Amino acid sequence: MQHSSTQDTFVGLFVAAGIAALFFLALQVSNLSSFTDQDSYTLVARFENSGALKVKSPVSAAGVKIGQVSDISLDPKTYQSVVKMSIYSQYNHIPSDTTASVFTAGLLGEQYVSLEPGGSEDFLKDNEVLEITQSAIILEKAIGQFLFKSAEEKK
Amino acid sequence: MTELFAQLGKSTRGSFSKLGRATFFLLQCLSGIGSVLLRPRLLLNQLHSVGVLSFLIISISGLFVGMVLGLQGFYILSEFGAEETLGVMVAASLVRELGPVVSALLFAGRAGSALTAEIGLMKATEQLSGMEMMAVDPIKRIISPRFLAGFISMPLLAALFSAIGIVGGQIIGSGLLGVDEGAYWSQMQTKLDFTDDIINGVIKSVVFGFITSWIALFEGYDAVPTSEGISRATTRTVVNSAFSILGLDFILTALMFGDD
Repeated sequence: MQHSSTQDTFVGLFVAAGIAALFFLALQVSNLSSFTDQDSYTLVARFENSGALKVKSPVSAAGVKIGQVSDISLDPKTYQSVVKMSIYSQYNHIPSDTTASVFTAGLLGEQYVSLEPGGSEDFLKDNEVLEITQSAIILEKAIGQFLFKSAEEKK
Repeated sequence: MTELFAQLGKSTRGSFSKLGRATFFLLQCLSGIGSVLLRPRLLLNQLHSVGVLSFLIISISGLFVGMVLGLQGFYILSEFGAEETLGVMVAASLVRELGPVVSALLFAGRAGSALTAEIGLMKATEQLSGMEMMAVDPIKRIISPRFLAGFISMPLLAALFSAIGIVGGQIIGSGLLGVDEGAYWSQMQTKLDFTDDIINGVIKSVVFGFITSWIALFEGYDAVPTSEGISRATTRTVVNSAFSILGLDFILTALMFGDD
């Protein structure tokens, strides 16, 4: 067997390149870099309809991402959609009269929760509920209403 | 008529006994891995011939596959006005499917066939029997290091393939066709999940590395020790590896990406 040091160097380079590629995939390609273990607290919002919102959908305020949706479930009594959001703990000044709305990013984009802060001096704490919510706009419903309205006007 | 049944029975029995030999071979080979770790030099030599020498074909193929995906993806996506999602398309198809599968197919053709021919020729020239005569276990000395080297190299090669392909798609997409570079990367980062996509891709390539090395080494070890036997064994390695890789890929994909 040959014991050449160039061979060792090539094997070393190969393994290093492979591991570098794995790191590249993990950090540059996937969401690992945005997946942070940073502390967060949970806020709850109840929507009449949460549309196509999914777990891990972003939660933003004024366009800045401040957290993500952690759980979506159906309330068995009120038939509302209960959306739990983990908000990064550095954003702990969310007034209690904040409005939560489900919006769509662009015409075909993904849905996200937008928080519009109110003027209250009380700030929401862990597991508290956002009282004012605005449901997702269902495109089919909106088109249906529009058609219905234009048909009525013609009469 | 009875002859036909006899023939059928013989070939069925033959294939089952081959599967049995292959399983026994795999167990022997796995039990030899412990002694390979005591002699890392053997492993290093094999990492060189299996991994390093496959590096060039893998990286060049990865670059071209990524560039083709960039071109094709752009033409299709631009019809819907969704060029910005080019990065997602290129990265998802590479990381989930093309990276592990194409690099495993190339690996079977480049390294697997070489392994079969090498072991088969060792058997034909009675080097393996010679080792046994000298009380050297050919499984531990020859087979296990090659198996381990294939097992280690495959995920690294697949990761390189995907990474180079994604960069190739970016060169074509944002360099030539004018997709926004920031959108290419940021859409990719939001849509691809670390565990769902990257880890599953790596698991796939580990499985493919395992199966390809196993088939290549077994076919060499089990080859009829003539020049014709070795050529047949080499062909079987490439054909069986390709079948196993594609079949397993379907099963793994169904298991991994079934829900959501």
